[in-house]
Amino acid sequence: MSAPVSRSQELGGLAGHLDGFVRAVREAGIPVGISQAVDAAEILTVIDLLEREQLRHGLAAVLLQRGAQRPAYDVLFDLWWPLSDRPAPADDSSESEEGADGGEPQQGGPRPDDAALAKAMRDELFRLLLEGDEDEIGRFARRAVDRLGSGQPSPTGQSYFSYRVMRALSPDTLVAQLLAGLLAEGDRGGLNEQVARQTVRERVEAFKNAVETEVRRRTANEKGRERVAKNAVRPLADQIDFLRAQSTDLAELRRTVAPLARRLAVRLSARRKIGRQGRLDFRKTVRASLGTGGVPVVTHHRPRKVHKPELVVLCDVSGSVAGFSHFTLMLTQALREHFTGVRAFAFVDSTDEVTRFFRPGADVADAVTRIGREAQVVAFDGHSDYGTAFEVFADKYASAIGPKTSLLVLGDGRTNYRPAAVPLLASMVRRSRSAHWLNPEPERQWGSGDSAADRYGEVIDMVECRNASQLADFITTL
Amino acid sequence: MSRPPSQSPNFSSVADVDKRLSEAGYLPDAQIATTVFLADRLGKPLLVEGPAGTGKTELAKALAAATDSELIRLQCYEGLDEARALYEWNYKKQLLRIQASQAGDGADWDSVHDDIFGDEFLLSRPLLTAIRRTDPTVLLIDETDKADVEVEGLLLEVLSDFQVTIPELGTITATRRPMVILTSNATRELSEALKRRCLYLALDYPSADREREIVLSRVPDLAPGLADQLVKTVRALRAMELKKSPSISETLDWAQTLLELGLDTLDEGAMSSTLGVVLKHASDQQRAAAELRLN
Repeated sequence: MSAPVSRSQELGGLAGHLDGFVRAVREAGIPVGISQAVDAAEILTVIDLLEREQLRHGLAAVLLQRGAQRPAYDVLFDLWWPLSDRPAPADDSSESEEGADGGEPQQGGPRPDDAALAKAMRDELFRLLLEGDEDEIGRFARRAVDRLGSGQPSPTGQSYFSYRVMRALSPDTLVAQLLAGLLAEGDRGGLNEQVARQTVRERVEAFKNAVETEVRRRTANEKGRERVAKNAVRPLADQIDFLRAQSTDLAELRRTVAPLARRLAVRLSARRKIGRQGRLDFRKTVRASLGTGGVPVVTHHRPRKVHKPELVVLCDVSGSVAGFSHFTLMLTQALREHFTGVRAFAFVDSTDEVTRFFRPGADVADAVTRIGREAQVVAFDGHSDYGTAFEVFADKYASAIGPKTSLLVLGDGRTNYRPAAVPLLASMVRRSRSAHWLNPEPERQWGSGDSAADRYGEVIDMVECRNASQLADFITTL
Repeated sequence: MSRPPSQSPNFSSVADVDKRLSEAGYLPDAQIATTVFLADRLGKPLLVEGPAGTGKTELAKALAAATDSELIRLQCYEGLDEARALYEWNYKKQLLRIQASQAGDGADWDSVHDDIFGDEFLLSRPLLTAIRRTDPTVLLIDETDKADVEVEGLLLEVLSDFQVTIPELGTITATRRPMVILTSNATRELSEALKRRCLYLALDYPSADREREIVLSRVPDLAPGLADQLVKTVRALRAMELKKSPSISETLDWAQTLLELGLDTLDEGAMSSTLGVVLKHASDQQRAAAELRLN
């Protein structure tokens, strides 16, 4: 392989640049091995470097290993290979680099009437969103950041803010007008409106993203891309802390958790090793040997009895673990969809069976509100009380746990300084076939304050489960 | 680093990939075209991952058509083993050979022994077939995530060196490197070792423009306005949290349905009567009907 060597000598800066980019990708939490980095360098030799999108997709093909890594990668790519590194076709004056341009009327001198400018640009944005040409929207976003997004120039340089652009243009308030523009007279309400809403939402989202990207690009020009890269990249979906998940993360989280729940269900139910067969089926083997002249070449075996366990899920749904309990219920729902022997119990300071809310196909958000309304999970003041909850469980549903049952407890083990009833849990663990506790708190906080996690941990296998990747690790160890 | 046997690449440029896949009836976007081009140039297997119905298997078929290759398909499932994926000795024929030698010519043990482990008694399964072929080949390993972890180990030798080791025969090396496509629905994380040997392509549902083009190219008689409406509706359905989002092929089925029924607009009535074409869970249908206010 002589070609790559000569090429990298020729483009000495390029290899270094790629190296910096690979480092940044690694720092964003995407593991990139040495061989992948070598492949990335090889990509540069076969691809047309002037085609930015080809470069983007080409490097993604060797550096990434999961779809969820793509958004973070795209942000970094835009920083390392910004658009303006090559002359854009049909460039207008406002797109040129800062510093290099002298003829930019809005930059230094007194601005024209800000309100009038914002109004004019808002009208243009409205027109563009109505037409929905993504390239046009992107170009407009760059212009908008240039004219509306700059803050006060300071000694450290010019800074840009996306919130300034959003405040001046407020694209969200355009939705009603856009709908009116997209829909004909008789179409209001019903199917067409819903479809149009979705279209508008996508376009507004695209505009916001374009503005963010442009602000990051300009900031990187001023302050260096390494600094921007550190702040700009959102954590990957499987690294999002369950306890701190925002509502926007939940949909993403649900997508990551759903396949995990399926795997968990499989792991808990069929613990048979593939390939291990049951007792020899003599009759079948002899019958089959007739095909090979009486020599039993292939032996046949009776199928093993498939172990069908019951699973009991006991989850804390109190306010202190709100983010986590949404996830636990999601998990319960997914488990319910995959095998029938699941019984779900929810508790705050009392326990109630909630299996009925998780019929296959039921909506999780729906189930959560119904549990709050209909299930008897709060008896006293709505603060979690593990002791009472376990007592009520042992009292009312003792028969749920038997020698075939797997027990899964989900909660942070914070008892609000009430009795923990550890022996009760221990007896439940003893009676079950296997028992695990998933705790959304970091391990170093177990036992601090009102947490009884350390004491529970002595009688049950307690596992830290703060994000989807830890859940995945737990499942593989089962 | 050992490289698989070199041969002239199938495609001359990314634009060439785009053009020839389009001619084969598959409209690639920039990402797909670039990644396929690189897979061809670097001689690496291509791992395509994405939700069901985004055209992963279709890509392999189109690639075979575009490069005039034969498509060899290995469908993965739980319990897939060496005997089904790689090769198997034909026991029955071997036994017949032994018995024939006992009855008739009385050949000695050595010659029979060498004889029954020859090429004649080898049943070639997809992986071995793909490696031994001398004509252009596209090897599709479908739904890799369904197979057990052990199968991945099996694939490693095949995918990195394009060779198969059979104890009795020795190592068989590819004379002509097949183009390999692996698909996965990401229900299980594939091993790092396997991923490292592949180029990675995350396939998602196509953009509105691209899906409209796909619909118009596959169902050419459909009015462009209706196609536009159809695609927007499907996108609205995909934005909901459904158990199974409508796939590209279901969009095409829907377009065909509307055409057959002679409907020229997709209104509430048309939609509720044909919803079964795209949504196949009762709960999905109820949810879609509620959110799109069909009733």
